[in-house]
Amino acid sequence: MSGAVEATGLVKRYKEVTALDGLDLHVPEGTVLALLGPNGAGKTTAVSILATLLQPDAGSATVAGADLLASPAEVRRRIGLSGQFAAVDEHLTGFENLDMIGRLYHLGRAAARARARALLERFNLTAAADRPVKTYSGGMRRRLDLAGAIVAEPPVLFLDEPTTGLDPRGRTEMWGVIRALVGRGTTLLLTTQYLEEADQLADDIVVIDHGREIAHGTADELKARVGGERIEITVTSPDAVEPARLILDRFSDGRAQVARSRTVTAPISGGPGAFREVLAAIEEAAIAVYDVGLRRPTLDDVFLALTGHAAQPSEEAEPNGEAS
Amino acid sequence: MKGLLRLAVDSHVIAKRNVIKIKRVPEVLVFVLISPIMFVLLFAYVFGDSIAIPGGSYREFLIGGIFAQTVVFGATFTGAGLADDMQKGIMSRFRALPMSRAAVLVGRTASDVIYNVLSLAIMAITGLIVGWRLHTGPLEAAAGFALLLAFAYAFSWVMAYVGLLVPSVEVINNASFMVIFPLTFIANTFVPSENLPGVLRAFAEWNPVSAVTQAARELFGNIPPGTPEPSVWPLQNAVAYTLIWVVAIIAVFAPLAVNRYRRRP
Ligand SMILES: Nc1ncnc2c1ncn2[C@@H]1O[C@H](COP(=O)(O)OP(=O)(O)O)[C@@H](O)[C@H]1O
Ligand SMILES: [Mg+2]
Repeated sequence: MSGAVEATGLVKRYKEVTALDGLDLHVPEGTVLALLGPNGAGKTTAVSILATLLQPDAGSATVAGADLLASPAEVRRRIGLSGQFAAVDEHLTGFENLDMIGRLYHLGRAAARARARALLERFNLTAAADRPVKTYSGGMRRRLDLAGAIVAEPPVLFLDEPTTGLDPRGRTEMWGVIRALVGRGTTLLLTTQYLEEADQLADDIVVIDHGREIAHGTADELKARVGGERIEITVTSPDAVEPARLILDRFSDGRAQVARSRTVTAPISGGPGAFREVLAAIEEAAIAVYDVGLRRPTLDDVFLALTGHAAQPSEEAEPNGEAS
Repeated sequence: MKGLLRLAVDSHVIAKRNVIKIKRVPEVLVFVLISPIMFVLLFAYVFGDSIAIPGGSYREFLIGGIFAQTVVFGATFTGAGLADDMQKGIMSRFRALPMSRAAVLVGRTASDVIYNVLSLAIMAITGLIVGWRLHTGPLEAAAGFALLLAFAYAFSWVMAYVGLLVPSVEVINNASFMVIFPLTFIANTFVPSENLPGVLRAFAEWNPVSAVTQAARELFGNIPPGTPEPSVWPLQNAVAYTLIWVVAIIAVFAPLAVNRYRRRP
């Protein structure tokens, strides 16, 4: 089967570090693949190779039907890239940035301008369109950068950590923007350090560490391996621990455990529905609780479950600027 | 689009972007224009009377040297601009776009000609104020400025290459001084090369900066009558020798720089 992105055996070595160690990727047309991994896992390296910025030491790939090594120019015509750090020109206005990119995609003068205006509108940047980008907030820069990546409506889009560094509101906004994009049929490869983000946006997730795939599956499959969501009840008095544990046992998929002195936790699969039922049962039993929460597994939980160790950034410092 | 047309269109887009930046950050321009004024004034008044030019005035002699030195210094901006684009990450964006692979560099070197035109104009005015005069016709004078600009353009390709090699703007500023100071001082820019000792004199005589300085002095009519003919070929044929360097520098450094741009991780 041939997908919008097909990569086999990608290898990239730096002096002492093997950034990619034989990575295979398969992204069917119109789907979203999340490359999930901690700092230094090789996410940026993989995206840079697929976007023709870096030459792999070994391996091959086709992107949107074009061979990466044989016809990189063709690949560049068919992709959009938004790197880990917003690559917009601070001294240019938002409009000038997008207009320039449109011209460099050879849309033609009138089309580039129209497209720039339309994208600014769509990304909620019209009010700031004619201000230099250096006056933009982090979230606005990110949106502008993403707008830059889709100026030519490329069939394949690469987003490298699109929400890293954004506050929760900026992150939610960005998720909305990305979902809308994907709704239009774009194939998307995105990288992230957050399991929740991959869960929200991706059809398929590849977990990588030290440049190698360590797990692959849908969010549900991964969560099943990790233990999925857990419900956590913290009661106010030690006497209430046991009743709370019994309630959790009834609703959970596994055994409820006493995590800390007054906290009971258990895996749960019914999501918010089950959560409400638990709340109702606690209410009914008149147990005084300090906190009840649904805790989603994080990248750390995934790593713990898959590798037995927590996700750790590689010893190498994250390079900044161009390389990232 | 055909390769050459695409190169022209894309370079124009990049050059336009650089010009917008010049307008948005006028501080840079102010600095670029003030330093040549400072050089003219410092050399004219500090050394003006201590360096004797047989049959002529030091100020007349000096201006050609300052012109040459300033355009060579101006090339640093090309390297700094590229290093800055790289540091800010926008270079990655350009490199992932289906644009001509030489356009970022061609556009940059082209827009930097503006700096050189402006600084030559400012220096010429300052020079006229302190007593420099053109003693030739308008055609020769225009040829003098054109030759300086051509040399500046070629040299900005050297700095474009250096700018792509270094990791940051700070490094390029320091690295370029190490190249530019010897090149512009071990030359006939500020003192006649005959006044320099042995090895330095030989270096100065074959230094292209000396040739472009000599050519400018000839074309502006700033060589006093009765000055003995230079003893080496490069200075006897300063215009030709300068043009050879212009072509050679571009032929070597433009492909080096473009190749570096393609491969830069
Ligand atoms: N230009 C470079 N030179 C040397 N090592 C690098 C370079 N770029 C990345 N690396 C190393 O390669 C590994 C993977 O980096 P990267 O792909 O940036 O990871 P991620 O994006 O997942 O954080 C890291 O160990 C990093 O330090
Ligand atoms: Mg990264």
